[in-house]
Amino acid sequence: MHPHMTRLFRLTLWILLAIVGAAAVAIIAVHRGEQINAMWLVVAAVCTFALGYRFYSKFVAAKVLALDAMRATPAERLENGRDFVPTNKWVVFGHHFAAIAGPGPLIGPVLAAQFGYLPGTLWILAGAVFGGCIQDFVILAFSLRRDGKSMTEMAKDEIGRVGGIVAYAAVISIIIILLGATALIVVNALKSSPWGTFTIAMTIPIALVMGIYLRRLRPGKVLETSLLGFVLVMLSIWGGQWVSHSATLAPLFTLTAPTLAILIILYGFAASALPVWLLLAPRDYLSTFVKLGTIGLLALGIVAIHPSLHMPALTRFTDGTGPVIAGKVFPFAFFTIACGAISGFHSLIASGTTPKLVTRESEARMVGYGAMLAEAMVAIMATIAACVLQPGIYFAINSPAGVVGQAPETAAATITQWGFPVTATQMHALAQAVGEQTLYNRTGGAPAFAVGMAHIFASSLGGHTVLAIWYHFAIMFEALFILSILDAGTRVGRFMLQEALGHIWKPLGHTSAYPSVLTTSALIVAAWGYFLWQGVRDPLGGINSLWPLFGIANQLLAVVAFCVATTILIKKRQTKYIPITLAPLLWLVAVNFTAAYDKIFDPNPRIGFLSQARQLAATGGNARLIFNFRLDAFMTALLVMMVTLILFESTREWLRVLTGRKQASVKEAPFVMTRFALEEQA
Amino acid sequence: MKPMLVSVADRLGRGMSVLLAVLREIFDESAYARFLARSHSTSSKTAYAAFLEEHTSAQARRHRCC
Repeated sequence: MHPHMTRLFRLTLWILLAIVGAAAVAIIAVHRGEQINAMWLVVAAVCTFALGYRFYSKFVAAKVLALDAMRATPAERLENGRDFVPTNKWVVFGHHFAAIAGPGPLIGPVLAAQFGYLPGTLWILAGAVFGGCIQDFVILAFSLRRDGKSMTEMAKDEIGRVGGIVAYAAVISIIIILLGATALIVVNALKSSPWGTFTIAMTIPIALVMGIYLRRLRPGKVLETSLLGFVLVMLSIWGGQWVSHSATLAPLFTLTAPTLAILIILYGFAASALPVWLLLAPRDYLSTFVKLGTIGLLALGIVAIHPSLHMPALTRFTDGTGPVIAGKVFPFAFFTIACGAISGFHSLIASGTTPKLVTRESEARMVGYGAMLAEAMVAIMATIAACVLQPGIYFAINSPAGVVGQAPETAAATITQWGFPVTATQMHALAQAVGEQTLYNRTGGAPAFAVGMAHIFASSLGGHTVLAIWYHFAIMFEALFILSILDAGTRVGRFMLQEALGHIWKPLGHTSAYPSVLTTSALIVAAWGYFLWQGVRDPLGGINSLWPLFGIANQLLAVVAFCVATTILIKKRQTKYIPITLAPLLWLVAVNFTAAYDKIFDPNPRIGFLSQARQLAATGGNARLIFNFRLDAFMTALLVMMVTLILFESTREWLRVLTGRKQASVKEAPFVMTRFALEEQA
Repeated sequence: MKPMLVSVADRLGRGMSVLLAVLREIFDESAYARFLARSHSTSSKTAYAAFLEEHTSAQARRHRCC
C-alpha cells in the first residue's frame, strides 16, 4: 500500500476509535434508569487507554522526557548479571505489571461502587491516563537517567536532604498502614468461614512443601513448582467443602475476627523471620501464578458473558451517607480508588527493580505508561464485578452491622428502605449457594468482589452448581494476594527500619543478624498489627477508617513522586511542560488534603475521627476505641504534615531555580552511546 | 493461503516464546540461568542454594504493590 494511503488508513482508524470511545463514555455518563451492559465500560476503557497511550504518552516521551533510544540505560552500562540486566521489553513489561498489580485495583473499585458505577469508572479512565500512568512513566524515565536510583534517593538529590528523609518516613508509614488495612480485608473475608479459612491455612504448608521441593528436589524449576503448588491449592479449595460440612473439622476452622487477626499477626512475624526460600519466595511465586491466571480468566469471562450492570450510575450515597465508606463522592471516591487510577506506591517499583532491567530508554513508555494502563483495566473489571451484583446484595455484604443492624431481617429492611430491595431469604440462599453461613457485614470489598467474580465465572463455566467453588477460588486468590503482600511488605519495612536504625546504632543495621531481625520484625508487625487489631474492634467494621487512611497515605506518596518529577522538569528548563506533572500534583493535593481534613475534623462521627472519639467519650465508650480514633487522626495529620514539608521544600527549590537564585543542575548520569544501536545497524 | 498460515503460526510461536520468557523472568528462572552462566556452574542443589543466598536479599527488598 502507498505510504500516504497507509497514513490515511491509520488516521481513519484512530478517528473511528475516538468516536467509538466518546460514544461509550457518553452512554455510561448519561444513561439513567435502565441497566447498561458492562461492555460499554470495557469499550470506553479500551478506546480511552489506546488513545492515551498512542498520543499522550508519545507526546510526553518525545517532548517532555526527550527519551533517547541511543542513550545506554543502567541495565547496559552497569550490567552485572544480577540486578542490572538488559531484558526484552515484553519481559520487563510483564515483570513490572506483576509487581504493581496487587489487591488494590480490585478492592478500591468495589468499595467505590457504593457511589454507583459512574464516579469510579470516570476516575479510573481520567486518573490513569493523566495521573497514574504519567507518574509511573516519568519516575521510571528519571530513574533510568540516574543509574536506577530509588524515589527516596531522587527526592534527596533533587529536592534536598529534608525531602529525602521525609520521603523515607512517608514510605515506612504507608507500608504499615497498607499492611494493617489489607490484613483486615483478609480477616473480614475469612471470619466464620471454615471453607475459606481452611483453604488459606493450607497455602502455608503448600508454600513450605514448594520451598523444600524447589531447594532439594528440583532446584530452579520455579514454574514447575508453582504449577504443582497451584494444583495443591485447587485440591484444598475442593476439599474445603467437606471441611465446612464436617462436625469435627468445621469448628476448628470457624474462627472469629480477633482470633484470625492474632493468627495473621503471628504469621506475619514468622514470614518475616523465616528464611526467604522457605515461605516468602514460594508464596510469592504461587500468588503471582494465581494472580496472572485469574486476571486473564476474569477478562475472558467478562467478554464472554458481557453481563448487565445492576448498580445504578449514581446512588443516593454520593451525598456522603454511604454505608461502605462514609463521605461525599468528592473527595472520597477519588482516593478510595488509588491503585487503579493513581498509586504512589508504584513510584517505588518504577524506581526499584524495573529501571535496572530496561534495555532501551524508549521502552520506558511501554513499561511505565503501558503497565499502568493494564492495571487500570483490572480496576475496570473489578468495577464490573461489583456492579453486576444486585445493589441490595452488594450493600448487604459491604455494610457493617453498626450501620444496618446485626439481625438479617433488620439489615435487609434497612437496605430495602434505602431503595435497594433485598430480603433475608435471598441473602440466606446466596450464602448457601456460595458455601457460607452468612454474607452479611462482610466489609472490606473482598467478599463482594468474590461473589461478583463467582457470578461471572459460574455463568461462563460450570453454572450455578459450582458457584461455591468459584467463590472460594476468588477468596483464596484475594487472600493469597494479600498475604503475599504482608510477607513482602513486612520484610521490606523491616529492611528499611534496620537501615534507619543502623544510623543510630550500627549493630541494628545488620540485616542478617538475628537479634536485629527479630527486634525490627517485631516492631513492624506490632505497628501494622495494631492497626489490624483496631480495625477488628471497630464497631463500623474498620474499613471505614483504615481504607481512607490507606488511600490518603498512598496518594500522598504520589504527591511526593510528582514533586520530584516537577522539580526535575523545572531544573531541566522544561517549564512549559510542567502542567503534565503539576496538574495531577495539584489535583492530588486538593483531593487528599480535603479528605484528610474531613477525616480528622468532620462533625459527622461516621466521617471524622475526632468527632467519633468525642461521641464515644460522651457515651462512656471503650477507652481503647477512643484512643484508636485519636491515633488515626494523628496519623492522618502526620502524613499531611510530612507531605506539606516536601511541598514546601519543592516549591522553594522551584522558586530558587525559576528566579535564577540557584543554578539549575540535575543529577543525571552522563550520556553513553548504547551498543544496541550499533548492533542493530550491523 | 499456505504462506499466511505459516506467518500466523510463526507469530503465535514467537508470542508463546515471549510469554514463556516473561514467566521465566517473573519466576526467577532466568535469574537462576544467569547465575549459572556467571558462575560457570551447572544446576544442582548446591548451585541453587548459592543462588538463593545471593538472590534472597534482593528478593526480600523488592516492593510489591497494593
